[in-house]
Amino acid sequence: MVCFVLIAAACGSSTKSSGSSPPTTPTTTSKLSGALNVFAAASLTEAFKDEKTALASSASGLSLTYNFAGSQALVTQIKSGAPADVFASADQKNMKKLVDAGLVETPKTFARNTLEIAVAPGNPKHITGLADLEKSGVILVLEDASVPAGNYARQAFTKAGLPAPKPASNELDVKATLVKLTSGEADAVIVYVTDVNAAGSKVEGVDIPDSQNVIATYPIAAIKASKNLTAAEAFVDEIVSGSGQQALQARGFLPPS
Amino acid sequence: MSVDAHIRVTRGSFSLDVELQVADGEMLAVLGPNGSGKTTLLRTLSGLLAIDHGCISIDGKIVDNPATDTFVPPEERAVGVVFQDYLLFEHLSALDNVAFGLRERGAARSAARERARALLTEVGVDVHQAARPSELSGGQAQRVALARALAIQPTLLLLDEPLAALDVQTRVDTRRHLRAVLARFAGTRILVTHDPIDAFTLADRLLIVEQGRLVQQGRTDEVLNNPRTAYVAELAGVNLYRGRADGGEIHVGSEVIVAADAHAGEVIAIVPPHAVVLHRVRPEGSARNVWPGTIAGIERAGSRVRVRVAGTMSIIAEVTPAAIGALGLIEGSQVWAAVKATEVEVHPA
Amino acid sequence: MVVVGAVLAALFFVVPLVGLVWRAPWSSSWKVLSSAEARAALRLSLETSVAATALAVVFGVPLAWMQARVSYPGRSIVRAVTLLPMVLPPVVGGVALLLALGRNGLVGQYLDRVGVHLPFHVAGAVVAETFVSMPFLVLTVEAAFRSADQRFEDAARTLGATRFSVFRRVTLPMIRPSLIAGAVLCWARALGEFGATITFAGNSQGKTQTLPLFVYVTLEGANSDAAIVLSLVLVVVSLVVLVSVYRWLGTS
Repeated sequence: MVCFVLIAAACGSSTKSSGSSPPTTPTTTSKLSGALNVFAAASLTEAFKDEKTALASSASGLSLTYNFAGSQALVTQIKSGAPADVFASADQKNMKKLVDAGLVETPKTFARNTLEIAVAPGNPKHITGLADLEKSGVILVLEDASVPAGNYARQAFTKAGLPAPKPASNELDVKATLVKLTSGEADAVIVYVTDVNAAGSKVEGVDIPDSQNVIATYPIAAIKASKNLTAAEAFVDEIVSGSGQQALQARGFLPPS
Repeated sequence: MSVDAHIRVTRGSFSLDVELQVADGEMLAVLGPNGSGKTTLLRTLSGLLAIDHGCISIDGKIVDNPATDTFVPPEERAVGVVFQDYLLFEHLSALDNVAFGLRERGAARSAARERARALLTEVGVDVHQAARPSELSGGQAQRVALARALAIQPTLLLLDEPLAALDVQTRVDTRRHLRAVLARFAGTRILVTHDPIDAFTLADRLLIVEQGRLVQQGRTDEVLNNPRTAYVAELAGVNLYRGRADGGEIHVGSEVIVAADAHAGEVIAIVPPHAVVLHRVRPEGSARNVWPGTIAGIERAGSRVRVRVAGTMSIIAEVTPAAIGALGLIEGSQVWAAVKATEVEVHPA
Repeated sequence: MVVVGAVLAALFFVVPLVGLVWRAPWSSSWKVLSSAEARAALRLSLETSVAATALAVVFGVPLAWMQARVSYPGRSIVRAVTLLPMVLPPVVGGVALLLALGRNGLVGQYLDRVGVHLPFHVAGAVVAETFVSMPFLVLTVEAAFRSADQRFEDAARTLGATRFSVFRRVTLPMIRPSLIAGAVLCWARALGEFGATITFAGNSQGKTQTLPLFVYVTLEGANSDAAIVLSLVLVVVSLVVLVSVYRWLGTS
């Protein structure tokens, strides 16, 4: 698992160092203009913000705003008519809700992610794996089961043959979960590898072996009711096969396949 | 000496500086215009206000002495107070109001209520014992307030304008009743009022307070006959006579005042100046009281004129300026003063 | 003009409630209501909101009395601070509580040592609810103490009541309607609290997942209909209590 991540990161970083100009086609960039409201899963925060910086020079006519939250929260908002142009989810399950409701164009997978245990620097509670998280004396916080990461985490416990976890709290997105750890209230949390990377020295990661880990598949789609559908579709393409890929892999995401 | 007080206290721009001594079992009336400091005086005696200088002792015990840092709070003084607006507790029945003080002093609920019931019977409102204060009439509330203060068996009873909140008719009835109840109370009583009738009919001694200072004190007739200030003179302008009643007749010196009701014994007869009618010739009408006299003085009092008539029966009449003109009255004029028997207020002395 | 404004205001409150009723999935409602999680959330909400109100009364009434009757330097600052939770966004309140009473908090670090754990425990939910709702009680009761006629208290003292006895037997009964109104307001606020609870106490069924949290999570989960049904339950429970108390106040 660790090797896999390292290779992926190396690939990502090597692509980055080989050339500074992103592989966007001129036509894609010119369609990327106007106002665009992107609703994205919380775990995409850093990667998508990097992408915004990258697009600032090549697509100067684009006014990009983000709404980061748990995928399940975003689905509720979109179904209630929130003015989103693009939706990037952390799992298929939530995207399917919008597909079933006929609200989105055909989704495309744009990244994958895996889970990692995060603990305080120095690993004071000596966590070595999922089993340790269920020991008494360890305050574990997870995302709620309705959040993709929460669902994935619980799957991991099942895969590991362990009883269902009993977290002290069920947060509403990965970032809130991480906050419980960094503020000192929780001893251990389970978030994505990308979140552990993004938290830097504030947390320490403990790997989950491949056999127990879950691969999260991230789909993205343009919202049919978008007022700027051309730009929405162009943005989706940019993320799936354009500069977005570099941004994502630089942050530790796995490529879509 | 039941109450011995030298009181000096300042509240904002007002300052009170009086000395008073009240004997055991005596009834003192503190009389003064509004704002003269009467209520402040009561508050210092009851302990609701601490004095700045001086000393108050009640029943031989010093309760307030700033010089020695002595101060006995109200709850520890055996002083009962009947407040101007009665201040009955709205959330308690009349019975529980009266029982309040007893319960505070440790009595059990049933014992306290027993005693309270007895007191309410004494003041004549036991039928209303279960009523809330808001359901009581003014007169009934006044009696409950009195019973409540008496319940704690105080050595000193203070009454702050006890009849002021009542309408005129109720006031007359209640005053009579109050007199009777107070007469049965053995302790010292201090009554504060701005109504001279209250003072005359209820008290043995008067203390006149004006602008925070004691201006005169003594027995009622002594004070009225020798007024030292305009205020007292104004009070004296109420025609007040002490005499012996014999049926409907009251003998005042050598003269007789005919009253509408029959009385017996020592009484105070009061004739309001506005009820005195002046005639240039002897009138023949229904008025039972007709006295000759000479005008000794004419003074304007606002929109009225006060005419002092001297004679075997000295009396003050209040008339309009027009009447003076119409009758051509001047000092020295011979007049007849007529008063209907029904206008004579008689109070047992 | 005034009538139009009043009608609009009333509609502002009524329309969302009508929306809830209109969209409620009445057929599946029983299944939702009888689920263990829903019942746990409702019971927890009722327990914590009542506990929060009790705490608010025990601490809030003396505070209100002091603010109304005792003149001391800094009194207006204290008033501003004690009313702050009313204007703070609840989540901010939750963050403040964490910094003070969390595991590494200013005071919390010592609490932890003596075995008092607030985050992730029922007590934490109670603390969060008390924090946001107590100001409502203090505000109402302080105003009542201020306007209470102190002459009745004077009368009680002349009858022999000690200061504490006066407070207990005269002052408190005099402000009873305001005390009840304040407690009801406080309870209603505590019942509906979300932001401070989820931030400070967390979200755990049976321990800190009060009904508002459960509704929020359920809204996004597999069964969004359940959220509507439960919201209605909350509305009905609150309406019943509020109407009963105000009618009782009106008759007493």
